[in-house]
Amino acid sequence: MDNKVTGLQNVTASEPDPVTGYRIFRLGDFEFSRDAYFATIKWPAKGQDRSHQMHADDFLRAMMRDVAWGFFYGWVNFDEVIGTRNHYGKVDMYAGAYNANFKEAGVDHMQQFDTPIIMATFKAILKDWVNEGFDPFAAPEETGSAFGTKHGDNIAAIERTRIATKCMPGIEGDSPLRDDLPVNRQFADVAQDEPEIHAEPGFEGVLHAFSLFKYLSRSDVTWNPSVTSVCQQSLFCPTTEEFVLPVFHGNDRVEWFLQLSDQIIWDVADKDSGEPRARITMNAGDIAAMPADIRHKGYSQKRSMLLVWENATPDLPKRYESGELSPYPIQI
Amino acid sequence: MQQTWFGSLDNYRKGSIEIIKGKPEHYAMSNVFEVASRAAPYEKVVVGKNLKYVIEALRAEGASPWFAAAHDEFAVVLDGEIDVHFIKPSDGPLVDAQTEGTVRLDGQPSGQVMGYVRLRRGHQALLPAGAAYRFEAVTKGVVLVQTILGRNSVEKWADICIQ
Repeated sequence: MDNKVTGLQNVTASEPDPVTGYRIFRLGDFEFSRDAYFATIKWPAKGQDRSHQMHADDFLRAMMRDVAWGFFYGWVNFDEVIGTRNHYGKVDMYAGAYNANFKEAGVDHMQQFDTPIIMATFKAILKDWVNEGFDPFAAPEETGSAFGTKHGDNIAAIERTRIATKCMPGIEGDSPLRDDLPVNRQFADVAQDEPEIHAEPGFEGVLHAFSLFKYLSRSDVTWNPSVTSVCQQSLFCPTTEEFVLPVFHGNDRVEWFLQLSDQIIWDVADKDSGEPRARITMNAGDIAAMPADIRHKGYSQKRSMLLVWENATPDLPKRYESGELSPYPIQI
Repeated sequence: MQQTWFGSLDNYRKGSIEIIKGKPEHYAMSNVFEVASRAAPYEKVVVGKNLKYVIEALRAEGASPWFAAAHDEFAVVLDGEIDVHFIKPSDGPLVDAQTEGTVRLDGQPSGQVMGYVRLRRGHQALLPAGAAYRFEAVTKGVVLVQTILGRNSVEKWADICIQ
């Protein structure tokens, strides 16, 4: 293995497998390989090589979110065994470290990497393992298969860029609206009218409004929040959801969900052990907190609109971890 | 195609929590349409709180008092048709720069009329720092306000949350 194969600095990869066509990647002690159906992750523990498998499509959908979200806030569990934890500059890669049985058996493993190194490796894996016709951001009904031996790629799908919003989309100099994107098939009944702006002379371009629901109806990705309003460190990050959240997101701060349309059902579990805690059914208009000590995974049987609300205050993970802040947002 | 379901003041289906371990109140779950249906017009009921930041649900009915804030706020209409009128104050800032959250003003402030925006379901407007604003419901509805906990915020968690 060497990094000359991929041409990417700090990425260690093999030559393509002569049978499957896929490369094997190494990140510190971890090895990532795939075949026609499965992604396999190996790591050392108790003097042995340990291994774990995921369906290739599930693995790629999870890794795509981890990359697109910049490792997000806290933990991104690909499944009940492997995942990443963001330390904002450094990232932990782990296997079994947040699974009660793996931990108890001592067969878990965790290793920390500088963010650019793990990011480069994950991007290289996506570039090599995502085949032509498969879009890991899309709902299953909207995309082709992830399976089979290597055939082509889908660089355009995995390199969508997220445009940062400073205040609100549509304001001059801020992120654009999505008027040039088509309305998603499952939001064909969403009104496309815009607010009426009646500015007095001298205030043209000063009053700002847009249709958030129109904007969301034209999202071409699922489970990928983007910022639509910024009140200091309070970020509204709405997103459109269909099928299943490809990761079990573990919170390093309190996060809130406001269901804007339709329904999502959430499985909630203990952040450290993975033991189930609750199942929450959220309908349009429901708002609920995701406490700082849980992980959650959502199921949306129809494409729905979800407002994810984040507090981006930089020191929150330490304050929650130290016990200074309660994991629960309010006291009744 | 399944119809896209948006709730409204008169037609909402509140969800539920199935607890396995812990307490329902850990999730502070409520329904903004239910909250607004039981609130006084333009009562700023906090339905989401993340340290000092809040989401408030307002029942929009008739005309609201004039409000202002020292920082940007945002309004999202979830039901109804609601106008937001703006005034640029002429006698200096209406709210001290250190004050956080929405401040209710005593009557209409003096200043230049900036105009108004008419919002329907799913529309979002910027409530810019320093400007005075007032809601006027063309038809009754529900407005979310993204802001900071302030002197006019109303917290009544025991009344609104699933327990």
